[in-house]
Amino acid sequence: MTEVVINGWPRRLPADATLDLVVREAGAPEGGRGVAVAVDGEVVPRAEWPSRTLAEGQRVEVLTAVQGG
Amino acid sequence: MALEIAGRTLQSRLIMGTGGFRNLEVMAAAVEASGADLATVAMRRVDPGARGSIVEVLEEAGCEVLPNTAGCYTARDAVTTAQLAREALETDWVKLEVIGDDRTLLPDPAELLEAAEALVSDGFVVLPYTNDDPVLARRLEDAGCAAVMPLGSPIGSGMGINNLYNLRLIVDAAEVPVILDAGIGTASDATLAMELGCDGVLLASSVSRAEDPVAMARAMRLAVEAGLQARRAGRIPRRLHARASSPEEGVAELADPA
Repeated sequence: MTEVVINGWPRRLPADATLDLVVREAGAPEGGRGVAVAVDGEVVPRAEWPSRTLAEGQRVEVLTAVQGG
Repeated sequence: MALEIAGRTLQSRLIMGTGGFRNLEVMAAAVEASGADLATVAMRRVDPGARGSIVEVLEEAGCEVLPNTAGCYTARDAVTTAQLAREALETDWVKLEVIGDDRTLLPDPAELLEAAEALVSDGFVVLPYTNDDPVLARRLEDAGCAAVMPLGSPIGSGMGINNLYNLRLIVDAAEVPVILDAGIGTASDATLAMELGCDGVLLASSVSRAEDPVAMARAMRLAVEAGLQARRAGRIPRRLHARASSPEEGVAELADPA
């Protein structure tokens, strides 16, 4: 297991969990439409989600558009 | 009457912010009434309980999204947020906001300029929310921003245009579109901005927090249009003394000559 922080909440994930699973776990709509992900402050392009795993302690932000501005 | 920014034609000169509406239904009705074809959105953590996608609702209202970097206090955060928005929303347009303090929400000029330079070189069409400072506006234009968006007064304050003089200097000097962003309280503020020579107006709270947001959105649409038409029509100069509009000749003598 790997302990990471997803949108500010500590989570334990299987060591082989990939970012597309994390995006689903965070509550994003199916396929992650309209969603973007940063790991430790760096943007991870959508194409890399299925192959990208996480290291212990990494911070994941899963963002989408909301009312604002 | 269209507004062109970075080669893209916007039929409306009113850009809507979407913050502050009670719900997505009211927002959609107001955006539709405003006639805007561009509306801002913010980037925030996914809320598993959220219902409805704001992007889909805006698209149905005939509006495309302009992501902002609201909530960012550093150039680094703003650049990353813009990149996340590009990834999520497939647009390289960004309303760049880098705030200096949370009481006034005024832009931080140094961080703003740094972020603008970085985003322009990363291929973004950058529309910076800026202070009403003519020098900063020029620096942002020189950095390659596609427009400059000076504030009238602080975000959500509804105080209108606090420094007409600075705004005129910005409008006179700019070779990119100038969009008055923030501070609009009511329709006459938007009209004044357009009369002064702004190319467009971006507003949110004045509509979203009005008692009747849809009616106010309609008023803002007319106000922007009225200001633009009045400017093009060419106003009369201000005069110290009156100038009669009725003929001075041929006035009847009705009293007994003294």
